[in-house]
Amino acid sequence: MAYDVTEDLDAFRVETRDWLEANCPPSMRTPMTDDEIVWGGKRGTFVNPESETWLDRMGEKGWTAPEWPAAYGGGGLTKDENRVLQEELRRIKARPALFSFGLWMFGPALLEFGNEEQKKRFLPDIVKGKTRWCQGYSEPGAGSDLAGLQTRCEDKGDHYLINGQKVWTSYADQADWIFCLVRTDTSSKHEGISFILFDMESPGVEARPILLISGSSPFCETFFTDVKVPKDQLVGRVNGGWEIAKRLLQFERSSISAGGFGGTGGSGILGPEEYAKMHVGTDSEGRIADGDLRGRIADHKMYAKAFSLTVQRQTEQAKAGQQVGHTASILKYGAAKMNQDRHELLIEALGSEALGWEGEGFDENAMKATRGWLRSKGNSIEGGTSEINLNVVAKRVLGLKDHQ
Amino acid sequence: MTFVLTEDQEMLRDTALAFVRDELPVTHLRALRDKGANGHDAGTRKKLAELGFFGVIIPDEPGGEHFGLVGLGQILEAQGRTLAATPLLQTALIAASAIQLGGSKAMQAEWLPRIAAGETTFALALDETAHFSPLNVATEAESNGQGYTLNGMKRFVPGGHDAEMFIVVARTFGEAGDRHGITLFLVPAKAKGVTVQELRTVDAHGAAHVTLDDVMVGPGAVLGPVDEGADVLEPVLDRAAIGMAAEMLGSSVAAFEMTLEYLQSRKQFGQLIGSFQSMQHRAAKMFTEIEMTRSCVAAALAAVDSGKGDVAELASLAKAKAGELVHLVSNECVQMHGGIGMTDVADPGLYMKRARVQEALYGGASWHRDRYARLQGF
Repeated sequence: MAYDVTEDLDAFRVETRDWLEANCPPSMRTPMTDDEIVWGGKRGTFVNPESETWLDRMGEKGWTAPEWPAAYGGGGLTKDENRVLQEELRRIKARPALFSFGLWMFGPALLEFGNEEQKKRFLPDIVKGKTRWCQGYSEPGAGSDLAGLQTRCEDKGDHYLINGQKVWTSYADQADWIFCLVRTDTSSKHEGISFILFDMESPGVEARPILLISGSSPFCETFFTDVKVPKDQLVGRVNGGWEIAKRLLQFERSSISAGGFGGTGGSGILGPEEYAKMHVGTDSEGRIADGDLRGRIADHKMYAKAFSLTVQRQTEQAKAGQQVGHTASILKYGAAKMNQDRHELLIEALGSEALGWEGEGFDENAMKATRGWLRSKGNSIEGGTSEINLNVVAKRVLGLKDHQ
Repeated sequence: MTFVLTEDQEMLRDTALAFVRDELPVTHLRALRDKGANGHDAGTRKKLAELGFFGVIIPDEPGGEHFGLVGLGQILEAQGRTLAATPLLQTALIAASAIQLGGSKAMQAEWLPRIAAGETTFALALDETAHFSPLNVATEAESNGQGYTLNGMKRFVPGGHDAEMFIVVARTFGEAGDRHGITLFLVPAKAKGVTVQELRTVDAHGAAHVTLDDVMVGPGAVLGPVDEGADVLEPVLDRAAIGMAAEMLGSSVAAFEMTLEYLQSRKQFGQLIGSFQSMQHRAAKMFTEIEMTRSCVAAALAAVDSGKGDVAELASLAKAKAGELVHLVSNECVQMHGGIGMTDVADPGLYMKRARVQEALYGGASWHRDRYARLQGF
């Protein structure tokens, strides 16, 4: 039996390799610049036309969501087949065809909690990159205390009526649809929340981008004024949204950890040790001349290695069916620290080269690092602050109790 | 797989955990200390031999199967949990590795079966100063026609007070600091000219200064190549660092569990002290560090067995991370226990004392950070 499985996998590998060879356009096998990232959606643009071809082909196969059932547009692959697919994609250095909150967060939650009709209606367009989703979670008065949210959702008989405000809604100005937490009962905090979906073009929806310290505007303030939502767009049961919300946060934290925040990763920026050698100089043995900086860079690199080994260990243990526990919070906390330390070291090593904002006279990659450093400050805030993640570890993993 | 134990290794781990829990709890070390045993513990050595723990990385026949360093790592982690003083690191890991990596066929045939059976104990006599600096060797080995004459002084030799054999790192050429010119020798503790000065150490495990005064050994005592002993010494020290990191992980986990229990039982202001957020966050950070260190230790152990991956880099990673971890956790263990943590009757102090010895042996965190940076080319 085991022999047959291996044989099938080998055949799948050959098939996959041939298909990728024939279908992955040449420029999709090169490192990607930030402006070539494909987020899909109605308003999505393709800086490189081959990105569109690549997305169409992968979406058609369902391989943007390899393990989702084929009935919902997914690839219908087993875990092992998906592993082979990922290995083959890495082998040719293929770019991800699609970046998507729908793929990483909303889709997995809908697979668990949505009804058949909702899954059939929403998942295929996520797979193909036709619909871009945003996340309506935080509010001005509900950040770390997310369950304190107050956006009201009233039952008007044949529809719901939504009034309120969200904030830190990633790319709300570019999204087609929103998955949103709303209050359907004011008499209970956690038990009065529902999980609802609606079109961002509905009358009464307005998204205003927020300018960040890094100069970019990835987040919005989002306002809802008498927004009418059909009743079949509420997921799960009325007042049962908190459970879905928490599960989705786990998907969010896992996707953040797996990527280690990416950000200014592959786009031409060197490691802090390289910039330190360049701008601080080296001693006769080739070591960074500033011993204190060198030690801190080494410390960071060891932390980064320990982090990636931990991600690898948890993947292997999960595959072997071993209990891995509430690790998403540990990794989210660690990923934030790692990415922030890296950026602090990058700008320290770059020295005055890192103090440019725009225009001539500064290296383009150095300015990217500077913007990335400012952006990285959000890593310990977004997707659950580091403090909230430490609370989760203390309470759910270590079993420490609240004040009585 | 790198991070998943085989069934045999899991059984070995469970056996080791049960053994230290039942036979070598912290009270055992405390009792040894109080009667002045200074780490000498023939009874435990006999039990370890019966369990086969000395032969975990030694195959029954050359090239045969064994549990690997991953297996031995499980035992060392277990003994770290209760601070047990055993000859396993020195004998079952260091001596067994050195003789397998560098020993002649005759030397292997003579010593490996005796090590595996727990019939003898070894100690690595390396340091000559107060800091780990493996090439900083001045102890002289002069060729005398029939063999070598050794002269020098080895300081703070772990297990040196309890060893029947020493692996002496000596210099046959060049000056202290040179890589070329180092040669390893097997020297019986009872050889003429060897003086062992027993040291009473802060962790109650004991150690020794070893003086070599015109000690004569035959040519068969040379372990590995003459002048190029560093080729054997360095991989042995990597394994020693990895084994010690496994022990430190065990100590850290036990000290952390003890602290967690205290946080969940001690009350102040009418509240469990573990319900205060300042305590919860520090506990959560320690737990995160434990998980990260466990990954490093497991990867390093597995890399030695598989021959894949960079053992030197992973050894430095594991030893540095484990050193930082045990330092943090042992300090927090004392602090979070408050006044009771300062008393001799409570265990936190024992963990902190042992931690500082563990941190120093085979290179502290800063030594390994420096080496990691060198290996990475900066």
